Amino acid sequence: MNPVIDVRHLVKHFPLTGGLLGRKIQLLKAVDGVSLAVARGETLGLVGESGSGKSTVGNCILRLIEPDRGDILLAGQSILTLTGQELRRARRRMQMVFQDPQSSLDPRMTVKKIVGYPLEVHGLAASSAEIADRVAHLLQEVGLSSDHLDRYPHEFSGGQRQRIGIARALITEPDFIIFDEPTSALDVSVQAQILNLIKDLQRRHGYAYLFISHDLTVVRHISHRIAVMYLGTLVESATRKELFDHPAHPYTLALLASAPKPNPLLRQELAVLQGDPPSPVQVPPGCRFHPRCPHAMEICRDTEPEQHNISPTGAASPHLVCCHLYREGHRR
Amino acid sequence: MAIATLRHHPRFRELGLTVKILGRNPLAVAGGIIITAMILLATFAPLLAPFDPIGISLSDRLKPPSGNHFFGTDEMGRDIFSRVLYGARISMVIGLMVVGIAGGLGTLIGATAGFIGGRIDNFIMRLMDVMLSFPSLVLAMALAAAMGPSLTSAVFAVTVVMIPKFARLVRGEALAVREMPYIAAARVSGAKNGWIILHHVIPNCISTVIVLGTLTLGDTILVAASLSFIGLGAQPPTPEWGAMISVGRKFLMDQWWYATFPGLFILVTVIGFNVLGDALRDVLDPRIRR
Repeated sequence: MNPVIDVRHLVKHFPLTGGLLGRKIQLLKAVDGVSLAVARGETLGLVGESGSGKSTVGNCILRLIEPDRGDILLAGQSILTLTGQELRRARRRMQMVFQDPQSSLDPRMTVKKIVGYPLEVHGLAASSAEIADRVAHLLQEVGLSSDHLDRYPHEFSGGQRQRIGIARALITEPDFIIFDEPTSALDVSVQAQILNLIKDLQRRHGYAYLFISHDLTVVRHISHRIAVMYLGTLVESATRKELFDHPAHPYTLALLASAPKPNPLLRQELAVLQGDPPSPVQVPPGCRFHPRCPHAMEICRDTEPEQHNISPTGAASPHLVCCHLYREGHRR
Repeated sequence: MAIATLRHHPRFRELGLTVKILGRNPLAVAGGIIITAMILLATFAPLLAPFDPIGISLSDRLKPPSGNHFFGTDEMGRDIFSRVLYGARISMVIGLMVVGIAGGLGTLIGATAGFIGGRIDNFIMRLMDVMLSFPSLVLAMALAAAMGPSLTSAVFAVTVVMIPKFARLVRGEALAVREMPYIAAARVSGAKNGWIILHHVIPNCISTVIVLGTLTLGDTILVAASLSFIGLGAQPPTPEWGAMISVGRKFLMDQWWYATFPGLFILVTVIGFNVLGDALRDVLDPRIRR
């Protein structure tokens, strides 16, 4: 199946300037060669620690940040060369739900305006009555009511606000939606409701999702496939079942081990990672993970690992891992 | 729109809340009463004034305050009470016009500079800095003098002087608004810069503009009166407060009432606007609002 969104070798380096004349001193390598693709009706979970560049990937795809290199294909067409009117038309088909439902809704706008203005901007509705109609319909779909049309964001709870944010993302009938940690600002009880809403909407409309989160339990709940990001690169990607059943990369293993388990009596060895993630300004040579890796070998210090497909033969979806442990002949 | 539907309009609910919170602040109430009284006096001056403000009656020259002439008369026998009332009209109109135009233009300039950023921002703001580096009265004097002394040139001069104050304030606000996630959301939704400035940036700056506008109204009235005082604004026989004080100054030793009453009205009006502006600043600050 053709992917809805296809990201190829995305690179984004932020120059850090300093000194009197604003010379470029160093590069912050936020995203360093990320490739991913999401098909219709599929959710790709993107996990990683804070600072791993996962939000930058999302912002680059929507061109809120201009990527330095790489390509982004929306339904087979590159969107990096689009400008002005064409870019706005393409954006109708991609939307984003933001992390903080408080600051992603303009406090001076009513719900009707917040959710409805994409229609106004794109000239997709004939009259303000039609806009109100469609907004009311969408509010019901996300679990709010048409009574809420004339309210301001501060009159809602966090969960309700996130529902408004989701309704805004849906109004232009996009094909692809990015969720940037949509539940991390919410109570646990509300998180589950929002996640289920997100899943339901996908089942009904077949959206392609990129779900960005640092929370493995959330990602496990919602994703079909999962990609693990570390310091600007993908270290491992596989289907959900494959990743949780057979995690391969030492970093993924450490992440899984550090996730809280629902049973407190089940004591476990905490495979705690050594140290903090290195600064993306000074990326370690060779494998980026080697200074913290328990299995680091000589080769890891100077040679960047390639991507290896370690899925069992005949599997529909590849299990890709970037690690020297899985060189030819080292297969599990 | 019918009153009933208007009452339930969301903007109206917010306004009602603002008024309610303001009512709890005694300074705001005092300022509000002063300003309301001034506006009423200005509006109904033709009904309230017992005499024609420019009607000369040489037999009544320089009479002290009495039951007939509450504030006395001037050197042409004109009733100072009537002239002060009409003067309120002129000052209010000048104040509202200047603040309306300067506030509108300044907000637009500041929001654009702050939101677009980069070189445009630098260029606009350095221009504003140059204007701000002159004392406002001196710059207004220069402008008014260059255009020839008249009420129109005084209004124009004061407007130009006030624009940078609004622009600088709004630019600061716009810089903060620009980084909000709802701006990113608007971009993702396909909104253009102009649309974002009009619908997101300016509405989110409007409360600070209202505060500055109220405070500036007092300033404006003062500067406009000063221009008239030195002869660059309203020309005789226009009953303008500053112009009246200017002439009354010559009689201050023997006819104290001539300059005193217009002066008192300037004082009270400016204080009223400043007090109201301070209170509005407290109320409209969203951090302490709820």
